[in-house]
Amino acid sequence: MTGGAPLRERPQLGKKDRMAIDRQAMPEQEAELRSHNFREVNLGLTEQIAFLEAERCLQCKKPTCIDGCPVRVNIPRFIELLAQGDMAGAANSLLDDNALPCVTGRVCPQETQCEGECLRGKSGKHGLPVAIGHLERYVADWANAHPDEIARHPAAPSGRKVAIIGSGPAGLTAAGELVKAGHEVTVFEAFHAPGGVLLYGIPEFRLPKDIVQQEVDRLVAQGVRIELNTIIGKTYTIPELRRLFDAVFIGVGAGLPVFMDVPGENLKGVYSANEYLTRVNLMGAWNSDADTPVLHGERVAVVGGGNVALDAVRTAKRLGAAEATIVYRRSRNELPARAEEVHHAQQERIRFEFLVAPLEVLGDAQNWVTGLRCQRMELGEPDDSGRRRPVPIPGSEFVLPCDQVVVAIGTRSNPLLTSTAPDLKINPWGYIEIDQNGMTSMPGVFAGGDIVRGAATVILAMGDGKRAAHAIHAYLNGGGAAA
Amino acid sequence: MHPIVEKTVLSPNVTRFRVVAARIAEVRQPGQFVIVRRGPGAERIPLTIADADRAEGTITLVIQAVGKSTMDLCDLGVGDAIQDIAGPLGRPTELLESGHAVCVGGGVGTAVVYPIASALHRSGVRVTTIIGGRSREWVILEKELGECGDVVACTDDGSHGRAGFVTEALKDVLGAGGVDAVYAVGPVPMMRAVAELTRPLGVRTVVSLNSIMIDGTGMCGGCRVNIGGKTKYACVDGPEFDGHLVDFDMLGDRLSAYVDYQRAAVERREACRLERVP
Repeated sequence: MTGGAPLRERPQLGKKDRMAIDRQAMPEQEAELRSHNFREVNLGLTEQIAFLEAERCLQCKKPTCIDGCPVRVNIPRFIELLAQGDMAGAANSLLDDNALPCVTGRVCPQETQCEGECLRGKSGKHGLPVAIGHLERYVADWANAHPDEIARHPAAPSGRKVAIIGSGPAGLTAAGELVKAGHEVTVFEAFHAPGGVLLYGIPEFRLPKDIVQQEVDRLVAQGVRIELNTIIGKTYTIPELRRLFDAVFIGVGAGLPVFMDVPGENLKGVYSANEYLTRVNLMGAWNSDADTPVLHGERVAVVGGGNVALDAVRTAKRLGAAEATIVYRRSRNELPARAEEVHHAQQERIRFEFLVAPLEVLGDAQNWVTGLRCQRMELGEPDDSGRRRPVPIPGSEFVLPCDQVVVAIGTRSNPLLTSTAPDLKINPWGYIEIDQNGMTSMPGVFAGGDIVRGAATVILAMGDGKRAAHAIHAYLNGGGAAA
Repeated sequence: MHPIVEKTVLSPNVTRFRVVAARIAEVRQPGQFVIVRRGPGAERIPLTIADADRAEGTITLVIQAVGKSTMDLCDLGVGDAIQDIAGPLGRPTELLESGHAVCVGGGVGTAVVYPIASALHRSGVRVTTIIGGRSREWVILEKELGECGDVVACTDDGSHGRAGFVTEALKDVLGAGGVDAVYAVGPVPMMRAVAELTRPLGVRTVVSLNSIMIDGTGMCGGCRVNIGGKTKYACVDGPEFDGHLVDFDMLGDRLSAYVDYQRAAVERREACRLERVP
């Protein structure tokens, strides 16, 4: 790949020297400025910072960071190659393990995964882990800027055809793995553009859409075909696909919004997070010239505490809301959102109402939202999730004045696809059941991501896509074929 | 891309297109719709599939130019193409199996009623269609509907057919008795009035709801409607519902959410067009 490319003049560092280097900060757009624009918050490491941060990695003999990664990226290897200045080597190593590193380097909850397992995070006073996510992003962005340096190892065509339903993180990852193995891969996407939640869900300021397009372009360059505007369950059914393809992977996500089931939820100014974010991200409503409108709230309340809620509330701020508030029924400690997003939101002066649960959306005579009637909560005994259950405090009701409410309390499975495949076994919540190989009750039909596990993260969906791809490869090698 | 192979202006603001969409033409059923996006930057809008020609691989879309997006679409001509068409979406119409059905179409709703009337007629159901418009030039598809059964055309000003609203004509047809079902599609006040006429008679009444949608697959929840006290999504649970259970107030209210934006968009569009005039 790199041939005799000159490697970097690298300092001779012992373990002690490495331990003495502090974790390097990610340069970012200043909070006041960025809370009025949709440009990316994190600016990316400079070469100098990246090399310095890479030297912090101790190259553990038994790297626990890899165990923390759902797609098992060989983290010490790409960091070592980066530290040596072998960018092409680092990029190819990373891409061997991870089909979408520009995405994961930006949106993974590293603190509970790779970085959560990093020894440096557990070592006394220098207790900050290597900034693995930031380094991944640095190497991945370099790879996208240098497509000619990326190795292609096209396997001999297998002559086998695989259909992937959904072009989100699970589907794209599965597509990448399967095309590398020589299979003919077609991805079906319901929307007019590929990327799934990476496109419609995660905002531009956290994951720029041209980055998503570059990741998709790389897969297309490897031979992946993408069929847009194709709704499986409507345009074609699963049994039809099964006859046309040797194997099928379902990665459609959990695309049905959950509402609060409180009075007033159908007032004008109440959005599901799905609708709000789709209008802004996919349809470009953040730009006032776009044909698709979005209501601009002056005081916006976002109900929920996950990444989607944080994305919505920070979007509201950027659209000009004077007051953008998270309403969350548990406390700060239970917030499921990524640590970096919470930190960024606080810098952007997002308000947090912890231990508060909505009771009713209030409206005026024209049915526009005027407020959210809430009650305060306290934490009781742990529930099934192990988190302490929020319990209402009697007499604590109050009204949070607002002109817009965005509901971001999760999603459920969408029956559109499963209802047209009666042989597909689903559980009582509508999620698809799979065996240990990721195969559903229909032979040759595999599934992964949110449609199996319920709403989760990009990286868990990618892990599922990767595992399913390997299982599909084995299935095809074992003689599996179109039925 | 979906090339436009035929364009017909049906009324001052309603245009009919026949566009290439072979797979949708093959599998669509009456009552279903597509989501259409004209090109980059354009809105996704739901449009009922008014007809389909499997052999030609085309579908028919009838578009009323009311906002910027529909105006932009209606400006397209034969040889142009629509970039994105996704579908068929929604549940097919639950068609009456025998007896007498009355189809009521108001304005562009007539184009939504046409595939229902046509399918009912093909399956041997007696069809009476009542269609209306402000005046003669606003009455559409009268000839096509005439091939499905009796047609009563109504105009507000009496310039064509019967003078008055479609509900007046419907009252007479219902009064004659023997009506097994009514399919009504049109402006919200018209559908509400039809439902109120049939409610005391207990005549099954189906209405098609045109609430605001983005994806058309149940993902955004923007099209939520109140049916018998329960929230339903017009895109996946509908678009057709029991007219006696629909909360028309809420439907009309939610449809009005973006009128200011729509007006501004139309004004911007007009300003652009004026600038282009030399």
